[in-house]
Amino acid sequence: MLYFSKIKVSIIYTIIIILTAYSFLNLIDENKNFLVNKKINLGLDLQGGSYLLLEVDSSPVIKQKLQQKLIDIRKYLKTNSFKYQNIKIEDQSIKFLLQKDQIESFQNFFVSKENFSNTYYDQFKSFEMDFFIEENLVNISFSKFGLIEIKSLTLTQSLEIVRRRIDEIGTKDPTIIKRGNERILIELPGLADPNRIKKLLGKTANLTFRLVSENENTFGSEILSFDNSDEKLSISKRVIISGDNLLNATASVDSRTNEAIVNFTFDRVGAKKFARATTGNIGRRIAIVLDGNIISAPSIRESIIGGKGQISGNFTFQSATDLSLLLRSGALPAPLLIVEERTVGPDLGEDSIKAGAISLLIGFFLVIIYMFYKYRQLGVIANLALIINLLLLCGILTVLEATLTLPGIAGIILTVGMAVDANVLIFERIKEELKVEKSIIHAFDSGYKNAQSAVLDANITTLISAIILFFLGSGPVKGFAVTLGIGILTTLFSAYFFARHLSSIYAMTKKDKNISL
Amino acid sequence: MIYKLPKDIKFSTFYKKLNLLSLLLIFISILIIIFKGLNLGVDFKGGTLIEVRIENDNININQLRQSLLQMDLGDIKVKKFGQEKDYLVKIEKTDTSNTNFIKTINKQLVSDLGSNINFRRVENVGPKVSEELLRDGLLAISLSLAAMLFYIWIRFEWQFSLGAILAIIHDVIITVGIFSYLSYEVNLSIVAAVLTIVGYSMNDTVVIFDRIRENLKKYTKSHISEISNISTNQTLSRTLITSVTTLLALLSIYILGGEILKGFSFAMIVGVIIGTYSSIFVATPVLNYTKVTSKTVLKEDKDLN
Repeated sequence: MLYFSKIKVSIIYTIIIILTAYSFLNLIDENKNFLVNKKINLGLDLQGGSYLLLEVDSSPVIKQKLQQKLIDIRKYLKTNSFKYQNIKIEDQSIKFLLQKDQIESFQNFFVSKENFSNTYYDQFKSFEMDFFIEENLVNISFSKFGLIEIKSLTLTQSLEIVRRRIDEIGTKDPTIIKRGNERILIELPGLADPNRIKKLLGKTANLTFRLVSENENTFGSEILSFDNSDEKLSISKRVIISGDNLLNATASVDSRTNEAIVNFTFDRVGAKKFARATTGNIGRRIAIVLDGNIISAPSIRESIIGGKGQISGNFTFQSATDLSLLLRSGALPAPLLIVEERTVGPDLGEDSIKAGAISLLIGFFLVIIYMFYKYRQLGVIANLALIINLLLLCGILTVLEATLTLPGIAGIILTVGMAVDANVLIFERIKEELKVEKSIIHAFDSGYKNAQSAVLDANITTLISAIILFFLGSGPVKGFAVTLGIGILTTLFSAYFFARHLSSIYAMTKKDKNISL
Repeated sequence: MIYKLPKDIKFSTFYKKLNLLSLLLIFISILIIIFKGLNLGVDFKGGTLIEVRIENDNININQLRQSLLQMDLGDIKVKKFGQEKDYLVKIEKTDTSNTNFIKTINKQLVSDLGSNINFRRVENVGPKVSEELLRDGLLAISLSLAAMLFYIWIRFEWQFSLGAILAIIHDVIITVGIFSYLSYEVNLSIVAAVLTIVGYSMNDTVVIFDRIRENLKKYTKSHISEISNISTNQTLSRTLITSVTTLLALLSIYILGGEILKGFSFAMIVGVIIGTYSSIFVATPVLNYTKVTSKTVLKEDKDLN
């Protein structure tokens, strides 16, 4: 156990030197570092920032898609002269009555793979829609995989819009990723007040231009209220033009009224539609509706042909900027709910770093002093191993560009406390061997050999805990699992390679003397 | 001052009494957990947690509480948190639909108390997420128990597995019981602590078991109680030294690591002490009760050949 070939020794020390060099990268200013740009990232709890978990509520999308399916199916039934009755949506499924003798032919059509409104997914071996028949009542609803498809599409689209909105605000290094099949995780480092972002993400930003109905109860209109007052208007349900046709939107100040306004530009199709609508309705009011609230409802004085216009509606410059940002980035396909929020202010983060660093330092020194007190010369070896262990740990965290959290620091401190265990096990064993063994070298050798199984067993158990925690823990706790887990690996390395090598040198130099531990 | 431990403590003579004590403690812990319940944090119960710093020194906790009570936020808990001006506010209600929820509270506090109010930390967990976190936490703990059981089962005989698992369950129940008794908050970091305790306790137990197995093979004629005494004595100094270094590190976190890590390090300190105790006085006696002999471990070697 004590013999090291030259190659082995050089490999061990190369690893130590490289990882130590990596760990020192963290001390170099990022901008002055041209060689390797790697660093341990600080978690949100240490540098301050916001963590948001959003849930996409896809039920409106499902409803809307079902509506579309109903229109498709009705069209098919009509053109193929099926005798159907009572077609309607009930409990998230389309239901209609069909003459008994026609059921089979409809069934054949519906499960044929060329069917236009019932896509077949090869990868799932399933149709988009399920259907079953009771007597002559046909029930059609989305299948499990149809729903998964809708949800995943909605999530992908939402993620894109969320990314655009956050990019527009220009926060630094945001993380925006999917979590599961209906959630989006956002991390915004350095952001102390997530209120603006929360507001921006809380709006679907569904913009429509619709005419104001002349009299209150016209068919096909609804009563909507203004965004910033209790005033209500009856608005036609027919959408003249929607936000989909917007090309651009910017905020500015109207030079005449000194009011903040939002300028918008339609694309070609939108411009045409807008021109037609304004020409035909001069003198009427047109309402600009955002998420079911009227922003403004100006009268059409002349036809607007160029596809450009502006919205004024008691904006502050901030709200005009936000609205134009929302319009530019597009509407969310479904509403988002914030289901989890964690925000840490930058000053608390700083305090936590300080507290973490101090406790790490003190814990480290206490352990070092105690080990020296207990083992003297061998204690020095254990302590050197501990220092190397910490450097290796930092080095690996740097190579992985891992995220260090406050619990992560706790994991490092705990590693300090537990890392010496490997050496304690070995030294205690050597002590025992020395009682029966005359030769120091033999005592060291069998000490290492006999302690091996205990050292491995003891560390594997902790490693199991760390791995489970890594996969099931969330956020900061994951950081704890990472440092604890890597700490165990570096502990084994530093005890079994580095400290063993030092011990072998120690044993060689003392081989003729009597030592007691 | 260097004191030497007597090298031949007859641990087995204490087994019966201490095991009764352990059973009693487990029983009491379960009663406390059932009747007093756990003080679940927002991670597991949902709700809003705000760490508030009030810049004006003249404002006391009652004024803060008064102001919050008027806002109709459901059940509210306010307590001091570390430094003089820092408070921790726990609000039962969480309003995910209203993105202005936190801001409104802040504004109202500023206007009521007439001081600069700094929300240093806000945690807002919806009911669905908190349920999932609780489920994942319990799953993590059960999985780690299962994994440990499996590991010991492949490395040792079933008697050893039984001892190790009983020791872990003993540690977890008593630690949780202490948290319940003291009404300390149970949150995600406590789950991390419990998992680490499981690992640590196992670690301690395995080292003793390893030695027992070795000695069983060496002294085939000796009775298990003798073997466990010898083995525990042989590993005692290691057990104590490792506990001391781990506790030194943990105490350093507990005292200097800031308020956020207090609960975590407290749980770990309790767990390490109980874990050390249980590997000597819970796990090892099980080998006595299940009448492990050298045949038990030698059979294992034969199986391999």
